[in-house]
Amino acid sequence: MNWSTMLLLLSEGLLTTIAVFVLTLLFSLPLGLLVSFGRMSKNKIVQTLVKVYISIMRGTPLMLQLIVVYFAPFYVFHLKISASYRFVAVIIAFAINYAAYFAEIYRGGIESMPQGQYEAAKVLGFTRAQTFFKIILPQVIKRILPSVTNEVITLVKDTSLAFVIAVAEMFTVAKQIAAAETSVMPLMIAGVYYYIFNLLVAIAMEKIEAHYSYYK
Amino acid sequence: MSEILLECKHIKKEFDNLTVLEDINLEVRRGEVLSIIGPSGSGKSTLLRCCTLLEKVDRGEIIYLGRHVCRMNESGEKPEYVSKDQLRGFHDCFGLVFQNFQLFPHYSVLRNITEAPIHVKHMPRAQAQEKARELLSMLGLADKADAYPYQLSGGQQQRVSIARALALNPQILFFDEPTSALDPELTVEVLKVIRALAAQHMTMVIVTHEMSFAREVSDKIVFMENGQVQAFGSPDEIFSSDQERIREFIGKLSD
Ligand SMILES: Nc1ncnc2c1ncn2[C@@H]1O[C@H](COP(=O)(O)OP(=O)(O)OP(=O)(O)O)[C@@H](O)[C@H]1O
Ligand SMILES: [Mg+2]
Repeated sequence: MNWSTMLLLLSEGLLTTIAVFVLTLLFSLPLGLLVSFGRMSKNKIVQTLVKVYISIMRGTPLMLQLIVVYFAPFYVFHLKISASYRFVAVIIAFAINYAAYFAEIYRGGIESMPQGQYEAAKVLGFTRAQTFFKIILPQVIKRILPSVTNEVITLVKDTSLAFVIAVAEMFTVAKQIAAAETSVMPLMIAGVYYYIFNLLVAIAMEKIEAHYSYYK
Repeated sequence: MSEILLECKHIKKEFDNLTVLEDINLEVRRGEVLSIIGPSGSGKSTLLRCCTLLEKVDRGEIIYLGRHVCRMNESGEKPEYVSKDQLRGFHDCFGLVFQNFQLFPHYSVLRNITEAPIHVKHMPRAQAQEKARELLSMLGLADKADAYPYQLSGGQQQRVSIARALALNPQILFFDEPTSALDPELTVEVLKVIRALAAQHMTMVIVTHEMSFAREVSDKIVFMENGQVQAFGSPDEIFSSDQERIREFIGKLSD
């Protein structure tokens, strides 16, 4: 296999990696907010269910969760697993896993807000929804950005776990080529790609943090 | 005598079986400045929080402009507040200035002031901004409209928070120790603003430890102790009281 074919295959894999990354964030960031509401709910049943969910997501390997989500339709519902479900399974597993982590980050941020901000908003007549979205959430986002950045960078690397259900993201592709060609080169190149990807992510997150640095 | 804006009748408030307010009766009339003084823990903040609906009372009635916010139920055992929607209507009646300002740090000074008029009162943005700028220049902050709270001194922040409250045209403005978080020089500038508001006949209820200021600016003074109103009267009446506790308290705080 020549260099350009290898790079082409890896780049195709990279596109899948990017798709997993983007879709996971797209679903898990808002889902995490919902989960954090459940976690802070005054309803004890909701709160307990969400607590159990979060502890399972954080207490078991993501790789295991991927396999469970992938095979569940077959073993639980006796459905035939279609080829296209592989990718969907990855997004589902990643989204619910990362939502749990984001939920705990959101909760920490929300609970760190001084009560006085809620009270000031209430006395001014803001509704609860206005108070949350206009006053609380923007400040929470600023507070939690460093922790979110950590998770996002971990996610870039975690996308490689999709190899366990043979989704053709970059790591899966690199491993296949490496085996066929008996060479570590494809893995090295994949490593460089991951590194550059994360570098770009870090720069983007820095930009976002800078955007929020207009106040203290 | 001028119209009664706020009436509190037989207010009682408990926190986990600790009685913090006991049978408080209070009347605030239009144009009047009422100061609340008293030792720490006597329930002054709790009373303001009940009046501004941040805290629910365990007994008693709160009446703004003749309309009940809360009254005792038929059996006379529990207070009943009006519905959530109706409660919102009462937010026009009062404003509250906090000891530690509680400005919104992510908004500019101007936006701190205009946000509620625009989104709560649905005032057109341009009109809200014009009004905010008027308030800022009245409070000596005309050049700070675009600053963020962290760029201001404590005294400036407190004046912005007064402007924020005034922007909604409250009938009564409540202050909970507006100068306790400030250095003496900054205290002066905030007291000056409150004095100016008094001169414009703004109705105000002020919890303060500034005795000479309370004496000078108030029409009436309430002395609270152990969750009860121990004395009520004109500044001269309170400051020349022969009650031992009041003399002692005032003596300790005056220099
Ligand atoms: N949320 C609360 N939960 C329990 N107890 C409370 C709560 N808020 C106030 N208290 C208690 O109620 C009593 C009155 O408190 P409050 O803050 O009204 O006093 P204050 O007169 O404003 O005192 P200070 O001059 O120190 O501000 C105190 O004993 C206080 O510990
Ligand atoms: Mg107090």
